[in-house]
Amino acid sequence: MSQVGVVRVAVDRGSCCGSGNCVVAAPEVFDQDDTDGLVLLLRPDPPPEAADRVRRAVETCPAGAIHLTSTTGP
Amino acid sequence: MTATAATDLPLWPASTLDHGPFALLDEEQRHRLVGPVTRVRLPTGVPAWLVTRHADVRQVLRHPGFSADLERPGFPLVRPLPPQSESGRQGAFIRMDGEEHSRLRRMLTAEFMIKNVRRIEPLIQQTVDGALADLAAAGPPADLVETFALPVPSIVICHLLGVPYADHDFFQVRSRTLLDRRTSPEVFRAHAQELRDYLHELVVARRGDTGGDDLISRLVRDRVVTGQLTVDELVGMALLLLVAGHETTANMIGLSTLLMLREPGRFAALRQSPHRAADLVEELLRYLSVVRTGLPRLALVDAEIGGQAIRAGEGVIAVLSLANRDPGVFDDPEEFDPYRQAHQHLAFGFGVHQCIGQPLARAELRIALLGLADRFPTLRAEVGPQQVSTRDTSVVFGLNSLPVTW
Repeated sequence: MSQVGVVRVAVDRGSCCGSGNCVVAAPEVFDQDDTDGLVLLLRPDPPPEAADRVRRAVETCPAGAIHLTSTTGP
Repeated sequence: MTATAATDLPLWPASTLDHGPFALLDEEQRHRLVGPVTRVRLPTGVPAWLVTRHADVRQVLRHPGFSADLERPGFPLVRPLPPQSESGRQGAFIRMDGEEHSRLRRMLTAEFMIKNVRRIEPLIQQTVDGALADLAAAGPPADLVETFALPVPSIVICHLLGVPYADHDFFQVRSRTLLDRRTSPEVFRAHAQELRDYLHELVVARRGDTGGDDLISRLVRDRVVTGQLTVDELVGMALLLLVAGHETTANMIGLSTLLMLREPGRFAALRQSPHRAADLVEELLRYLSVVRTGLPRLALVDAEIGGQAIRAGEGVIAVLSLANRDPGVFDDPEEFDPYRQAHQHLAFGFGVHQCIGQPLARAELRIALLGLADRFPTLRAEVGPQQVSTRDTSVVFGLNSLPVTW
């Protein structure tokens, strides 16, 4: 089965500014830490059906703290 | 810099007094100012680069080489501001860069995170319900701004901060002065100091009473007492939140109501599809963009924005409102389209300074509009968009009043 388009997600808490836009976009993938409000990655390998929401999280992150890597392998 | 005399450059902010509250520019201004990065003259007489395209605005606001510190020489001020005393600058993290900024902002990020705002939604609902009852008691007719749009965010921010709402006349008058571009440096300085003195007294009182469940009490308990934050810094942070919590959301509620009432059926559609309110709020934020004059930044390094070389020491104005009507990003951007997916808008800014209160603003706007739609199905404006009195000289655009009837 082709895996083209599957995304893996990485976050950088050091550059996160706690806007919460990622939680609005993809709540099944991102959360905010109770202690400091900074990004928590719930699923580094989100399901394919969440890919658009994850891309929206990347697009609306004001601090550029979310990164995607696409895997193209089988 | 080019040899062009500053007086030959177009003036920014450009006035659109004759075009009603929903037009950002007229055709001639649009032709002259929108598109590639262009040179303008600010009311203070200094030249600056005007950045209007969505991608360019994002690039400037996310660029670590552009400073938000208006105390730096050469910073592109759109109005003369008094030099700040050392204590007057403390805590004002929106005007700080780098680590200095993030140290203070991060003391607040948990306070405004999505789940904490969700927890206070019952309080917002209760505040909206109370203001709706006041509106019903006041009219018809009534002024929606005075009775509804301003009290809702004011009561909520006061509750969150732990500031007595009973003092609202005092801090609303001063918040407004600080945001008005016509305010003289002397009055600006005096009103800022009066607000600081007021908040200083509140903070000091909390040091002796550490049981409170509000933001100021928590910061005193967790940060001031532990030596991570000075009283002056906390006062400055509270001042920012108090001012920012007032006019922004209030003006969004007022303008949104006028826009919704402009065409029959918009409130009815909202009443029938309350689950779509969150998307509607994003389009309102995009289209109305209350911080219309833009965010000023000073280049600390040479950079290239939208193909234009910008040198270290030059000022830039990143215009959120025009970026929110960039035709390359939004189809028919001059049209208000409640069905549009507008989540890419920059109404809350971009970069590490993006509005920390945005989850709160979104919740207040959504709950306020749903409340109006439910409680006042026959609501209508008593003035047309061209007759309404607008706040043209404020850093935060909005309505002075909105006479409504039902």
